[in-house]
Amino acid sequence: MEKKTPFCDAHVRSAGKMVPYAGYLLPVSYAAGIAAEHMAVRTAAGLFDVSHMGEVLISGADALSNLQNLLTNDFSGMADGQIKYSPMCNEDGGTVDDLLVYRKDEKLYMIVLNASNREKDISWMRARLQGDTKLTDISEQTAEIAIQGPRSAEIVATLADSPLPVKYYTFTDNISISGVRCLVSRTGYTGEDGFELYLDNQNARDVWDALMQQGVAAGLLPCGLGARDTLRLEAAMPLYGHELDEDITPLEAGLGRFVKMEKDFFLGKSALLRAGTPARERIGLEILDRGIARAGDTVLLNEKAIGAVTSGTMAPALNKAVAMALVQRGSVAAGYELGVESRGKILQARVVGLPFYKKSK
Amino acid sequence: MSVPRDLFYTATSEWVRFTDDGFALAGLTDHAQETLGDIAYVNLSCVAGGAVSAGEAMGEIESIKAVTDVYAPVSGTVAAVNEEAVDNPERINADPYGAWLVKIGPFEPNPALLDAAAYEQIIAGE
Repeated sequence: MEKKTPFCDAHVRSAGKMVPYAGYLLPVSYAAGIAAEHMAVRTAAGLFDVSHMGEVLISGADALSNLQNLLTNDFSGMADGQIKYSPMCNEDGGTVDDLLVYRKDEKLYMIVLNASNREKDISWMRARLQGDTKLTDISEQTAEIAIQGPRSAEIVATLADSPLPVKYYTFTDNISISGVRCLVSRTGYTGEDGFELYLDNQNARDVWDALMQQGVAAGLLPCGLGARDTLRLEAAMPLYGHELDEDITPLEAGLGRFVKMEKDFFLGKSALLRAGTPARERIGLEILDRGIARAGDTVLLNEKAIGAVTSGTMAPALNKAVAMALVQRGSVAAGYELGVESRGKILQARVVGLPFYKKSK
Repeated sequence: MSVPRDLFYTATSEWVRFTDDGFALAGLTDHAQETLGDIAYVNLSCVAGGAVSAGEAMGEIESIKAVTDVYAPVSGTVAAVNEEAVDNPERINADPYGAWLVKIGPFEPNPALLDAAAYEQIIAGE
């Protein structure tokens, strides 16, 4: 039986098509449909229930040294209110998960991790904590709302009692939104400006309703998992289980800037060093034929398999089918034409740079 | 969910309209377009003058979410394909019973087709 988020009734009322996802009942789309929801985020605003995401607190005098040990990014110079993205590697350099680290103070961090990996991540981290450090799972009592799109700031600001975080990848704790205390971060998974609100389940529904009501005039739509996927794909953001998994290193996935090899130690570092130049790389594809490449489809260069598609979709803001693929490093470059074997047919595709979509400044 | 009384249906969610001049028009039901979501491509594997067989694929429908075959509801000769729907697949989402895909005729009767009530029962069970 799937768990319900505090917004489940609101989704059903908005004609959300509810599906089981990572143990929760969540909307894949609403009445408007994926393409319209996607475009609302690109041109106005979209509201997402992302309460399924896991949140854990890492606290104690040794919190920082444990993060440095467990994660590939470097958290040493962080200021309070700052956020960093990081992969977490296994001993072979494969990816356990990718996550966000919020520094509340030097002895207290919040980690936001993928719902489908929550239990795995927590036991992985707990087994490796050292010294004076405690891990507290607050996922069950924490709701999360994402509001994304160029008009997000004005919508949230109207309901907030204090200024919103201004810089991307920063957060402010204890902002009251429509009378409910939230941690508000300027983050997202869409390639647009936007915010993610973390709040207690209790009274969370009031915030959702207030944002919906406030947003209507600005063109805000509630958005489901479908649009969340097409938006992150256009922005070429990795999705765990597709561009990343236990057998894919963050270097292969093109996340090298979040892997600080100059750190003395982190889990997976020696394996990454031993492996040297990554064997594979993540590339972008534009599909030239009338079809959509899907995860698992084989990528062919001169009829020889060089890798596989990790994610593919019709990109609503670009009006063409795009895909990301993991292929043998150096086998292709931007402009190359190759084939994707999809459902027994070959789709012609062209290698293009990532991301597919970049918001205008 | 709209299931017009004057049409016939397949269990795979195609509709058929038998026209006064002796053709069978086939398309995707409202339930099918609703389930697929925004349709991106219609790739028909049949062409005017060719043949289709009841229950066999006559093309593919690709939406953002999924890809699915579209099956011929009756056997017969393809009289025409609806290029307008092929070029503007969003028409199928907007007007599933107006946006026919394939016009078949002459065709053979197919006793396995469902009436509206029987089709409604099938989709209610999904």
